[in-house]
Amino acid sequence: MILTGSEIIMECLMREGVKVVFGYPGGAILPTYDAMWKYRDRIHHVLVRHEQGASHMADGFARATGKVGVCIATSGPGATNLVTGLATAMMDSVPIVAITGQVPRASIGTDAFQETDVTGVTLPVTKHNYLVTDVQELAYVIKEAFHIARTGRPGPVLIDIPKDVQTAKIEFVYPEIEIRLPGYNPPTLASTKEISEALELIQNAKRPVILAGHGILMSDSIQELRELAERANIPVTLTLLGKGAMPENHPLTVGMMGMHGAGACNHAIQEADLLIALGMRFDDRVTGNLKTYALNAKKIHIDIDPSEINKNVKVDVGISGDLKAVLKQLLPDLKPSSHPEWLGRIRDWQEDGNERDILNYDTQDRLLGARVINELWKHTGGDAITVTDVGQHQMLEAQYYPHQRPATMLTSGGLGTMGFGFPAAIGAKFGRPDEEVWAIVGDGGFQMTLCELATAAQENVKVNIAILNNAFLGMVRQWQELFYEERYQSTPMVNPDFCKLAEAYGIPSMRVTKREQIEESVAFARSHAGPVLIEYVIEKEDIVYPMVPAGADLDKMVRRPKPGEQQNA
Amino acid sequence: MPEHQQPFKNTLAALVENKPGVLNRVASLFRRRNFNVDSLTVGRTHKDHVSRMTIVVDVKYADAKLIAANLKKLVNVIDVQNLSEQPNVSRDLALIKVRTDDVESRNMVTTTCERYPARIVDIGTKVAIVEITAQEDIVESLINELRPVGIVEMVRTGVVALGRGIRIMDTDYEPVRFDNSQNGLERYGV
Repeated sequence: MILTGSEIIMECLMREGVKVVFGYPGGAILPTYDAMWKYRDRIHHVLVRHEQGASHMADGFARATGKVGVCIATSGPGATNLVTGLATAMMDSVPIVAITGQVPRASIGTDAFQETDVTGVTLPVTKHNYLVTDVQELAYVIKEAFHIARTGRPGPVLIDIPKDVQTAKIEFVYPEIEIRLPGYNPPTLASTKEISEALELIQNAKRPVILAGHGILMSDSIQELRELAERANIPVTLTLLGKGAMPENHPLTVGMMGMHGAGACNHAIQEADLLIALGMRFDDRVTGNLKTYALNAKKIHIDIDPSEINKNVKVDVGISGDLKAVLKQLLPDLKPSSHPEWLGRIRDWQEDGNERDILNYDTQDRLLGARVINELWKHTGGDAITVTDVGQHQMLEAQYYPHQRPATMLTSGGLGTMGFGFPAAIGAKFGRPDEEVWAIVGDGGFQMTLCELATAAQENVKVNIAILNNAFLGMVRQWQELFYEERYQSTPMVNPDFCKLAEAYGIPSMRVTKREQIEESVAFARSHAGPVLIEYVIEKEDIVYPMVPAGADLDKMVRRPKPGEQQNA
Repeated sequence: MPEHQQPFKNTLAALVENKPGVLNRVASLFRRRNFNVDSLTVGRTHKDHVSRMTIVVDVKYADAKLIAANLKKLVNVIDVQNLSEQPNVSRDLALIKVRTDDVESRNMVTTTCERYPARIVDIGTKVAIVEITAQEDIVESLINELRPVGIVEMVRTGVVALGRGIRIMDTDYEPVRFDNSQNGLERYGV
């Protein structure tokens, strides 16, 4: 059969099981959109309003499903608009394939209209990228791209395809493609020596702590983690992206670690005699000051990426391998143990944390962000997929919306991309249409990508948007209050009327100013088949506690004072 | 295995696919990870689809391991070895243009070259070109001796190196090759 390059792209996407793509057409990608017409009953194209939205939607889709998300853009500005989304996915190891149009081969390098060196621009923010210069390579490249995106440490892969490669015709039979990537061999198993060294450290530990990261979810090691924790009686702390690796109501789950983590977690890490780091990368937001980080602890680090071992924290046993496979090697010889004293100590810290919990305060009529999130948790049965943006509401979500299932809290952790939440929620809903999806966003971040309201309306995609509106860039304001003597330079925001805005897009909306309305707002959101926007007008100047100031020791947290205590900031 | 706590010159060898942009990927990696390169050379091997890079980095041994791990992550990089972990032969080539416009300088250049694996490959009334192929420190030493005579221009290739003995760094990878008679671009005149 003679096919064009564009038709080959469609054939390959179908072979990869792609049913939905997020994109925006333009000159250099037009042949591919034309081919899409023929395939429109098999591949659904979601027209975004800005290519950044497409990249975040593909990201949200991928995080929610574990499958590869696909976004499409034209050359030049279309492609450069994807960059933030690619960088976000790169930092959080999310599998995305981005397809971009490029000017015809003969025009490359001539500063042609809408020409950008896209493989050059995206090189540092992709796991790999391709410029396809021969239509015969196209099927191989697409197959490789999906393989690279989803295997090993997942990540975004970009394929740049010149317009004349899209229109070139060849006799096409989908080849029985044997992937030949001589330089691409993600590690799999640990050596027996590494396993026995790790086992010895675990069996001898008195105060062990597990640090569970995103890798647990991506390698599907939830069962193995649980077995390890339960048999060896080890408390589990979670990274932001590791939420869902262990049910948060499990007695061994201590909570989230790091800058805004639970006090008990950070104390436990600092006093531990063994850290078992699983599929996490010791980001500066979870370690605080590296010079004082867990000084008394031996460290075991298991990660799929060999370049993460000994990068930030020097470890005693570093294993690069597939987490699930390595844990399976480890478990058969793991003997049961118990650490009642250690767990008791952690419980004391947790009780101190409970006393400082804002929800236990008399907050009178003030509507606090923490309260909104906690009530959303309550009234959604704690079972929704929540997709957050970046800032105070994100940390409050992590603290006050416990998750029991994997891949139910999606957030931009590594890059901290404001504007991520809403489009990613749309993508997540396309991936998991049967789940209740909430985009939990701040007034600042939402305005970065609110143009996707039109996408949500056009697709009538059931995403509930919860805006926590404090008329401030809250997290930046918090830093200004704590570290810049309350000079609120460029953080107060004059916002549009979000409800009227929703109305303009034909999206039902509700404004909540009182605590009693929160339950009603959830019912309101659920009563509509399409997207709904709810604005929660919250306390303007609130602080997310605890907080480890940037670069401070992990257990030197600024704590919320107990009732009657002096502010210790 | 060296367990140096102090920085030293680690010589990394990398087999890479001979494709456009691979050098850029490697260079970009060094820039964005803030790894400082002492020298980097690249050239084809006896297989036209495989190139080999020799990269010298002045870092601690542990950092060299991290650099190697990062290099290996690049999809087009087939294999990486730190040749400093094993006996190896390394060579640097320099072409040094020196002043030879009087008897004294001509004599100095000639006698200096006799004590080195160096030779004069071009000589005129004003300048001469000295060529040396040797270990890096020997090349350095010659340059220092020629400096007082008057070096006016010079170029170096950077270090290339091979491990000694029968430990072979190679790949049996064969790329997919397309039949050019099948090339649609010509056939369909697009």
